[in-house]
Amino acid sequence: MSEGRIRRLVIGDAQADRVVPPSGFTAHLTLFVAAAMAFLAVFALALSLASGRLADRWADELARAATLRINAPADQRAAQTQAALTVLEQTPGVASARALSADEQAALLAPWFGAELPLDSLPVPQLIEVLETEAGYDAAGLRLRLQAEVPGAVLDDHSRWRKPLVDAARSLRRLGLFSILLIGGAMAGMITLAANAALAANAQVIEVLRLVGAQDSYIAHAFVRRFTLRALIGCGVGVGLGMIGIWLMPSASQEGGFLTGLGFVAWGWLLPLAIPLLGALVAFIATSRAAKNRLGELT
Amino acid sequence: MIELDNIGYNYGDGELLSNVSVELSPGSFHFLTGPSGAGKTTLLKLCYGALSPTSGRVKAFNMDVKGLDRDQMAMLRRRVGVVHQDCRFLDHLSVEENIALPLTVSGKDLSQEEGNLKELMNWVGLSERAHAKPPELSGGERQRAALARAVILSPEVVVADEPTGNVDWEMSQRLLQLLVELNRMGKTILVATHDLALIRAAKNQVQTRVLRISDRRLQLAGADL
Repeated sequence: MSEGRIRRLVIGDAQADRVVPPSGFTAHLTLFVAAAMAFLAVFALALSLASGRLADRWADELARAATLRINAPADQRAAQTQAALTVLEQTPGVASARALSADEQAALLAPWFGAELPLDSLPVPQLIEVLETEAGYDAAGLRLRLQAEVPGAVLDDHSRWRKPLVDAARSLRRLGLFSILLIGGAMAGMITLAANAALAANAQVIEVLRLVGAQDSYIAHAFVRRFTLRALIGCGVGVGLGMIGIWLMPSASQEGGFLTGLGFVAWGWLLPLAIPLLGALVAFIATSRAAKNRLGELT
Repeated sequence: MIELDNIGYNYGDGELLSNVSVELSPGSFHFLTGPSGAGKTTLLKLCYGALSPTSGRVKAFNMDVKGLDRDQMAMLRRRVGVVHQDCRFLDHLSVEENIALPLTVSGKDLSQEEGNLKELMNWVGLSERAHAKPPELSGGERQRAALARAVILSPEVVVADEPTGNVDWEMSQRLLQLLVELNRMGKTILVATHDLALIRAAKNQVQTRVLRISDRRLQLAGADL
């Protein structure tokens, strides 16, 4: 698109803008559709970003941690725990290993059994938290050695349940981004319909304009500018309302889990501001194509 | 300037025009007459490219009209001012804006053309009606506004389809006077009309050729006109 055309699109020409009469329902339809789609796009974007953050956090936090569980009779538990710690200290790739205290284990069980849990009277296994280095350790080798030296030890490197969780979070992110694409496509479809309706309703105006020497690019521009501006304004309103909605949501908390983390963080608040520009671009392309096709059909 | 060479035009299954040839030379004044439905309007539309002939060739300003793309056709329309029988205004615009429409669509700066526009409005006697909407105009005013719109870009050719069809005798004389003045300015004029009195009145003022469509063919009218 030439510089002059962009300038005309942005600044406009008051006289040229009046040439096509204001079209009633298509104007309101475009504004409403753009606002509704932008509102939904803000939430889809927030969902996508929150899912992304969650996937990254789970992947980072759990990737380098493992748990060693000592299932041994009470009289052997301390000895096996000590033996397991010794093995872990000697294992390359293990950064640190420590046995959880009775209070820490009680805290882990508190959500299910309450705070006053008599841990001593229950056959609760001893847990050892293992943190690995960046290079990591040989899990298969460690398991074999533990099997030989600490019969009651079970190594859980979290991969069994970490992967599905991270995959789920990443799928949710992809779903959010796909939703934004669908929203854009639906908006393009609706605006194309509205533009076609406006062009059909103004067939006589187009005929007169051609009669007095208007080029198709001039006629198309009159419609394209109008629909692009409507989409820009509608999307702006929709994004504003969507961002207020996100802002009013409860802030992230442990109790609220994932839902309260649904929002924008830091520079993420700037991302929705791109939606009106993208909406205007979608409207520009959709109306340009509709005008080109329609004007080609009109003889 | 505009040349129709052995034109034929079919309307549905029927043949409306056959073997029509005519040349509008620069500065000429032609009347086109014939009974209703004979093909006067069709012939005019062929002249400014609104219709394509079924056979034969139309040349305008040394260009084959059939070979023009849409942009070139728009340029042709700026060189041929057209006055339609039903005027074809944009009713949401004022009379002044309608007359200025060819300037607007051709990207002219209206503030620079304001003087010419006022002068033209004055010439057709519509200065007082500049801000009225087209539906508020009388038949004669509409025709004068259409004529003003047709000539605002100073085209080389002015084509008028029954310009006096809906006006009284006095107003038709006024419109004729405007067309004669345009012809004296060097414009080529082609007027389709069945108003023989108008043709006679014009012959008293300017040299004209009268063409008659009869039985699908174009003939030079006799001395009775």
